[in-house]
Amino acid sequence: MKRKLSVGLVLLLFIFLALSGCFSGETKNEPEKPTAPSEEGKENEQEASGPKILRLNNNEEPGSLHPGTAQGTHDSWILEHAFEGLTKKTPEGEIIPGIAESWDTSEDGLTWTFKLRGDAKWSNGDPVTAHDFEYAWKYALNPETASTYAYQLYYLEGGEAYNSAEAGADLEALEAAVGVKAVDDTTLEVKLAQPTPYFVDLTSFYTYYPINKAVQEADPNWYQEADSYVSNGAFKLTEWKHKESMKLAKNENYYDRDKINLDEVHFVIIDDENTSWQMYQSDELDLVYPLPQDVIGQLKAENNPEFQIGSDLAVYYYNLNTEKKPFNNVKIRKALSMAVDRETIVEHVAQGGQLPAYSIVPPGIPDVSGDYQENTGKLFEANIEEAKKLLEEGLAEEGLDKFPAVTLTYNTSEGHKMIAEAVQEMWRKNLGVEITLENVEFQVKLDREKAGDYEISRAGWVGDYVDPMTFMDLWVTDGPYNDANWSNAEYDKLVNLAKTTMVQEDRMKAMHDAEKILMDEMPVIPIYFYTKPFTVKPHVTGIYTPINSYPQFIFADIKN
Amino acid sequence: MLTYIGKRIVLAVVTLWVIVTLTFILMHSIPGNPFAQEGTMPEAVYNNLQSYYNLDKPLHVQYGLYLLSILQFDFGPSYKSSTLTVNDLIVNGFPVSLHLGTQALLIAIPLGLLFGIIAALYRNRWPDYSSMILAIVGISVPNFILATFLINYLAVELRWFPVATWKSWSHTVLPSLSLAMMPMAFIARLMRSSMLEVMSQDYILTAKAKGLKKGTIILKHAIRNAILPVVTIVGILIANIVTGSFIIEKIFGIPGMGEMFVTSIFNRDYPVILGSTIFYSAILILLILIVDIAYTWIDPRIKITGESK
Repeated sequence: MKRKLSVGLVLLLFIFLALSGCFSGETKNEPEKPTAPSEEGKENEQEASGPKILRLNNNEEPGSLHPGTAQGTHDSWILEHAFEGLTKKTPEGEIIPGIAESWDTSEDGLTWTFKLRGDAKWSNGDPVTAHDFEYAWKYALNPETASTYAYQLYYLEGGEAYNSAEAGADLEALEAAVGVKAVDDTTLEVKLAQPTPYFVDLTSFYTYYPINKAVQEADPNWYQEADSYVSNGAFKLTEWKHKESMKLAKNENYYDRDKINLDEVHFVIIDDENTSWQMYQSDELDLVYPLPQDVIGQLKAENNPEFQIGSDLAVYYYNLNTEKKPFNNVKIRKALSMAVDRETIVEHVAQGGQLPAYSIVPPGIPDVSGDYQENTGKLFEANIEEAKKLLEEGLAEEGLDKFPAVTLTYNTSEGHKMIAEAVQEMWRKNLGVEITLENVEFQVKLDREKAGDYEISRAGWVGDYVDPMTFMDLWVTDGPYNDANWSNAEYDKLVNLAKTTMVQEDRMKAMHDAEKILMDEMPVIPIYFYTKPFTVKPHVTGIYTPINSYPQFIFADIKN
Repeated sequence: MLTYIGKRIVLAVVTLWVIVTLTFILMHSIPGNPFAQEGTMPEAVYNNLQSYYNLDKPLHVQYGLYLLSILQFDFGPSYKSSTLTVNDLIVNGFPVSLHLGTQALLIAIPLGLLFGIIAALYRNRWPDYSSMILAIVGISVPNFILATFLINYLAVELRWFPVATWKSWSHTVLPSLSLAMMPMAFIARLMRSSMLEVMSQDYILTAKAKGLKKGTIILKHAIRNAILPVVTIVGILIANIVTGSFIIEKIFGIPGMGEMFVTSIFNRDYPVILGSTIFYSAILILLILIVDIAYTWIDPRIKITGESK
C-alpha cells in the first residue's frame, strides 16, 4: 500500500513539474516558429515600413524616474529624454532655450528672470507653467523628500537652509524663503545665494526639471509606473517592466515634436557588459555603452567604423594622504607623480581611448576662448631623472634613509587592479620604491578615506556641471571631498574668488592659477581623463555625446 | 503527523527569528554605509536620508521597528530604489526565478539520476566513463563560462536562440541549460556512488539468488534505497535554485531575485539584505521539512513520530 502511494507521489510530482514548465512556457510564448529566434527579426522588418524603433540597454533598473529624487546615469538617461528643463544643450554643447525662451540676469548676478514659452505642454496635455518649476525645486529641497541631489539646488537663496531644517523647524517659513518664485504662469524669478555664472548651465540638469504639480499632488507615486507617468520632454514613458525593460514613445504634446524622428525607444535592462555586447552583435541592440574592456581594445585596433569615443567629464586619480609620512613632503608627492608613464597606462592597460592627464580638469569645458583644458596644457612632465632627484631630496628632508612601507588602496575591480599593478611596477622600476597593493570593497574604501586611514587611494571624480569649478572646489581646505586632507591658503583664496566674481575672464584665470598650485603641490596624482567609448549601428544617425551624460538620441533617426 | 508538522512550524519561526537577529547584528557591524558615495554628500542631505529611513534611531529601536513590520509581512523600502520596495522585489522576482529554476531542475534531476544509474550499472565500461566525464565537466566548468559559451555559439553565431532578456520561451532555453549543468552533474555523481553501494549489499544478492528479473531488482530494490541521499540534498538544491542565481540572471538579464542576495550586501541595502535572507531561509526550512516527510514514504523504516517514546 505504502509503496504504491510513494510511486504515485513521485509521479504526481513529475506531472506537476512538467505541467508548471509547460504552463509558464505557454503564457510567455507567443506563437512562433521553432527556428525563429526572436521578435527582433520582426522588429527589423517593421522598421522598413513601420515605426522607427531604437533599441538600447539601460544597464540597470532606474532607482527613481522622479527628477527630484533621481541620481545617477540609470535614472538620468531616461529623464534627459522624457523631460526638458529651462534650458537645454545643442549637440555642440551650447546652451540654448528649452522651456524658457529667454532669461535676464541682474547686475549683481543674484537675480535671474526666466521667461517661459507659452506653448510647452505635459504629456497629458496640461500646460507647463512656471509654477511647475517652483513646485519641483521646492519639492526636491524639502528635507522630508530626502533627495540625494538636493544639494544641486543649494545655489538658490535659502535652499540649503530649507534642506538642512532640523526636526521641529518651521518648514513652511523656510520653504517660502527659498529663492524661486513663479511671478505668473510664464515668468520664473530665481534668487541665488551667491553670484553663480554657470547657473544657466545648471538649469539644464535633471534636478532642475519641472514636475507636473497637479499630477504630483493627486498621486505622489506617479513616477513608479508607466501608466501614471507624466513628463514634458521629447519622449514619454509608455511601458516599464521593472528590472526587465522600458519603452519610450515620441511625445505628441512636445512643442518641438517635428524635430523628433524616432517613434519609439526600447530599453532592455541588462547589467552584464558582455551580454550587452553580444546582443549588439546579434542585432538585438542598436547602441551599446559601456562596452567590455577587451572589446574596446579590439574595436580600436581594427578601426571599426561603428566604434566611437565621446568625451567625458571625469578624471581618474590617486589620493595621497598628506597627513601621513612621507606624503606630507611635496617633493616626494611630485616624484611619484612624475615617475608614472601615463601614455603606457592609457595605451596598454586601460585601453579605453582615455587621455593621459597632466592636470585635473578634463577637456570639453569652454574657457573664455577655446577649451579650458587645452589652454591649461601640461602642468608637469613625466621625468624619471627629475623624479629620482626629488625623491632623494624629499627623503633627506624627512630624515628617512629609505621609502617607508606604504599601501595603495583601491576598490575591487579588475580594471583598477591592472592600473594599480602598472603604477606599482613603474614606481619600483623608475624610483626603486616598493608599495603594497590592497583591494577593498567600495564601501570600505570610502569609510577609510573619510577616516584618513589610508596612504594612497584610487579615486575618480565625475563633474556635476560643465564648469571647471566642479573639479576645483574639491580640494579647498576641509572640503567634504578633500580626501587628501590637503590645505593651501592661496588655493582657497583663488577658488573663492572664482566662485564669487561674475567676470568670466577673472574666474577662469583664478581657476587656471589654482590648478597650477594644485599640480605644483600634487596632493592628488592625476592618471587619465575618462572617455565614453560606445558602438552604434550604421543605420542609426544623429546620436551625440554631451560631455556630462550618456549618448543622446533625441534627434536620432533610423535609415533603411 | 499533524502534531509533528505543528512542532516543526513553531521551530521554524524560532529559527527565523534567530536568523533575523544574527543578520541584523552582522550587517550593522560591517563597515560602510548605504548612502556613501565617491566624495561625501552634504551633511544635511545625509541627515535627511538617515531620518527618512529611520537610520538615525538607536539600533535597538530600529530592530524593534523591523520586527514589527515583518510581522505584518512588510519588508520595508529598498535604499537604492524609491520605486520598488523589498516586497515588490520579491513578488516580481521570485516567480521568474522559480520558473527558471523549475525548468533547470526538470533537466537536472531526471538526467542526473539517469546518468548516475547508468554509470553505476555499467561500472567501468564506456557508459560509466562518458557520463562521469560529463559530470566532471559539469562540476568543474563554472556556469558563467558555460553561459558565455552557449550564448556565443547558439545565439551569436548560429542565432538559434536570443542572447538575453526574458520575453518568450525561447529566451529561457539557454539560461535553463546553463543553470542545470552543475546540479545535474552533482546528482549524477551522488547517485552513482550511492547505487554502487546499494548494489553490493546482501539483499541485492538475495534478490538475484531468488531469481528476480534484473529490471525488478534495480527498480524496486536498488534505486529505491539508493535515492535517499539524493533526496536529502535535493531539498537544499531546490531552495538554492528556485531563489535565483546571481550569475546566470546577471548574464542573461533575467529579472529574477538572484541579484538581491549579492548586490544588497555591496550596497549595504539593509532591508533588502534582511528581506532576501528571511525569504531564502523560509523556503529552505520548508523544503527541509518536505524532505523529512518524503523520507517516510520512500523508506518505511524511517519514522518521524515514533522517537518520542
